[in-house]
Amino acid sequence: MTIFLVNIAQILLMVLAAPMAAGIVKKMKARLQNRQGAGIFQPYRDLSKLFGKEMVLADHASWIFRAAPYIVFTSTVLAASVVPVIVVDSPFSWTADVIALAGFLAIGTFFTALAGMDIGTVFGGMGASREMTFSALAEPALLMSIFVLSVTAQSTNLSVMIHHILDAGILLKPSIAFALIAMLMVSIVENGRIPVDNPGTHLEVTMIHEAMLLEYSGRHLALIEWATQIKLVLFATLIFDLFFPWGISTAVATIALLTALALWIFKLILFFVLLVIIETGLAKMRLFEVPQFLSTAFFLALLGMFMHYILEVGAQ
Amino acid sequence: MNWFTFLLGAPLVAALWLAFDAHPYRSAWVNKIAAALTFVASLGLAVQVLESGRIMVWDDWFFIDAFNVFLVALTAFVATTTAIFSGPYMRHELEIGKIDSGRLRLYHAMSQLFVFGMFLGQTSNNLGIVWLSLEIATLATVLLVSLYRTPGSIAAAWKYLIICGVGISLALFGTAMLYFASSDVLGHGDAALTWTLLYASADKLDPTVMSLAFVFLMVGYGTKVGLAPMHTWLPDAHAEGPTPVSAVLSGLLLNLALYSLVRCKMLVDVSTGTHFAGNLMMGFGLLSLLVAGFSLHKQHDIKRMFSFSSIEHMALMTFTFGIGTPVANFAAMLHMTTHSLVKSAIFFTVGHAAQAMGTQVMSNIRGLINHQPGIGWGLLIGTCAIAGFPPFGVFTSEFLIFSAALQSYPWTVIVLLLGLLIAVAGLFRFVPDMTYGEVPEYAKQVHANMLPVYIHFALALLLGISIPGFLAGWYHQAAALIAGGGV
Amino acid sequence: MSQILLQQIITMGAALMLLISFALLAQKRMLSLLHWFALQGIVLAAVTALVAYTSDNTELYVSAAITLVLKGMLLPWVLWKIIRQMHVHREVEPLVNIPVTMLIAAALVVFSYQVTLPIEHLSHLITRNTIAVAMANVLLGMLMMITRKKAITQVIGFLAIENSLFFAGVGATYGMPLVAELGVAFDVLIASVVFGLFFYQIRDTFESLDLNKMENK
Repeated sequence: MTIFLVNIAQILLMVLAAPMAAGIVKKMKARLQNRQGAGIFQPYRDLSKLFGKEMVLADHASWIFRAAPYIVFTSTVLAASVVPVIVVDSPFSWTADVIALAGFLAIGTFFTALAGMDIGTVFGGMGASREMTFSALAEPALLMSIFVLSVTAQSTNLSVMIHHILDAGILLKPSIAFALIAMLMVSIVENGRIPVDNPGTHLEVTMIHEAMLLEYSGRHLALIEWATQIKLVLFATLIFDLFFPWGISTAVATIALLTALALWIFKLILFFVLLVIIETGLAKMRLFEVPQFLSTAFFLALLGMFMHYILEVGAQ
Repeated sequence: MNWFTFLLGAPLVAALWLAFDAHPYRSAWVNKIAAALTFVASLGLAVQVLESGRIMVWDDWFFIDAFNVFLVALTAFVATTTAIFSGPYMRHELEIGKIDSGRLRLYHAMSQLFVFGMFLGQTSNNLGIVWLSLEIATLATVLLVSLYRTPGSIAAAWKYLIICGVGISLALFGTAMLYFASSDVLGHGDAALTWTLLYASADKLDPTVMSLAFVFLMVGYGTKVGLAPMHTWLPDAHAEGPTPVSAVLSGLLLNLALYSLVRCKMLVDVSTGTHFAGNLMMGFGLLSLLVAGFSLHKQHDIKRMFSFSSIEHMALMTFTFGIGTPVANFAAMLHMTTHSLVKSAIFFTVGHAAQAMGTQVMSNIRGLINHQPGIGWGLLIGTCAIAGFPPFGVFTSEFLIFSAALQSYPWTVIVLLLGLLIAVAGLFRFVPDMTYGEVPEYAKQVHANMLPVYIHFALALLLGISIPGFLAGWYHQAAALIAGGGV
Repeated sequence: MSQILLQQIITMGAALMLLISFALLAQKRMLSLLHWFALQGIVLAAVTALVAYTSDNTELYVSAAITLVLKGMLLPWVLWKIIRQMHVHREVEPLVNIPVTMLIAAALVVFSYQVTLPIEHLSHLITRNTIAVAMANVLLGMLMMITRKKAITQVIGFLAIENSLFFAGVGATYGMPLVAELGVAFDVLIASVVFGLFFYQIRDTFESLDLNKMENK
């Protein structure tokens, strides 16, 4: 029974903490750029304001446009429920499959793009086409880098993979290093961060993600923004699970759970620091360079796969 | 021991000397004398080997046995006649302004360095040094091929450098793999690349590794031998370089590459206990034979045509060494000798013919016999000899090759016959037009030194009529050696 | 302990070498190509030195030093000088577009793995797994030579092959005998001089280092 509760708690934790995480990133970024910045709870205020606002719908909006925010939000939450945050095993751990995870994320992306095209505005269509182009390249890279770990653990189940890595001890393997870099690169694209996309502006001709959301308002916009925030935390957690799972609790015991929670927050903050430094330090790349960026990620993951078979399995 | 010092020392000292001596007559003489010295040294070594079997020199770093001493003697002989030939030839090129005195120095120095590389590779007991010497010989000849600095010659030399550079890298990879296998048995260090030690314990070398190593060596050294499909550098390099260079490329360098390959094959044969290496060589040989035969027909440049003939004959030798029986090895070595003699003589003749007509384009070379009978008859006799007409030595060796093939792999005879017939048809498609007929008005008299040519032909004739007893004994010894009849 | 350490080093080195081979194929600019090439030399020297340290092989230190000076510094620097002096266009100019090249490269890696696997099964050296990487690197170097237009890029491909061969020696057998290593180093040096000479000859004759011009003459 407790394990159910813990599980629900960790899903809720991810969903509810996500806006704060976004707030922290914004705050850190502002500080790094010598600005004061808004408080870390600002995203909650924004969300609640948006939930309270009246929605403006375009005349041409079909049911897809109206359903998309709910689908996006639900699929993201479902994806989040697959990823172990503080405890590895759960009654649903058999569902914690990385391919399912990638599928949930793809549904979200797909409906965002559909909604972007639905209204028929220039920006929506443009953003949708870019998003689909990039996600077609990002998806294989993401899967490939996860598969590097899957073949090591001989499973695509996240819980099993985490157990395997925990059992194997500190792993200094080139395959995993390559997969990690690939994964980080993909996360940048999937979350629309600098240097691929800029989440903080609606004013650039080169925008991708934001371009699809221009027509949304009120509750719809709130849901999509929230989903985006969850997605960032989700990717961070996924990277921790796959590459740095140490500290995650393997049993339902109070102390272990609390340690796991503290470590998760600590890792998250480290991750955000890294993210903020990258975002501040790098200029946005030109749009046509993104496919190249993604194919680099794919090839890194592929190299990781080769390394696994050639050097680590080899002739043993 | 003393002979050996001469053999390696003479070309090296001469190369240094000639690098600084631009005097056209003196440098040509130094070139000749150095080559002649190596020839004397090689004969001295040959006598020693025939009397007392294998000689080890300088702490086993070098060795001379029946197989390589014959090559050393052949190399020294062809190098000497080439030096004799190149004297007036290069002077002519100097006079018409195709080269300047600096280039002449480069030519002489690089020729001697090339000869040094040849001897180093043939006598070295260390497979690493064998590889290195092929590379030295390659780099020296690359500079020689580009000697005229024409766009064509530079393009040819670049192609030669790049293709052979890659080929030779693959051979190095093969050598590294071989070392990988042998260091398990002989431990780390020079011993594991020393051929005699390797051969003594070849049965302990891992067959799988050795097979893979041989594939790389085959492709790597095969590039150098001029086997299809890696042969594309060869016609260009032959056509664009000065004629003496074409002669030594065809007559010597290709032999060294094949020699290195055969040495490795001997190891692989013992290691695997199968005919894998031989099959590979036979396959490449047959393919190259057909490719060369067909390509012969499409040529316009006289040197290119004869370089395809070289590919054809190298292919034949590769095939024959691949058969691997003592008879086949005997035939292959005889063929190597006769081909080197005849082909270098042909290139000498062709060089003079091209100088006389001022062009290498075959349709513009006409009436050589009427113009300068020495050159015309030389070309005609040479073509008959290389085509395998009796009574020349090529006929004898080809006959032996056929009987060896018939004995072991009868079906291959059909392919061999087809390839040779196509090639002969190709040769006689062009040569009669060049030798007979009216003399074109642009033809001019050149000072032709046909003596080396006729010496070569005479030797080829001698080998065709009756192989001297000592030579036959020598070949027998070497043939048995290669076939695995003990060291 | 030292055996495990050695294995880790060589494995990491192999991974880096393969990464660099791919990176060399992916570069579009001459300067970054040279940077990666220099990095390859440095990684190679570092791996060699570490292998020398763990396997107590003094001869390898010499090889490592030569590698560092020759391939990590001298050759990239000379190539850069030549590029500057000859006003070579700063772009790499591939004949086959880069993503396709990369896919071919990936296929070559799989091929090398397939070919060398039986050998690796037989050996009992802890470094046996690097043979596949070394062979893949050689093939990737060849791929680079085939798919690039310029004389300089071909030469970099050639030198990358040499580096891979050296790595094959170090990785698979803890280095070839010193005579062979020195010979190869000497050869690389001489070959580079010859390459350098040719750059000038080609430039003077064809007024470009683009090899297509050479073919059309």
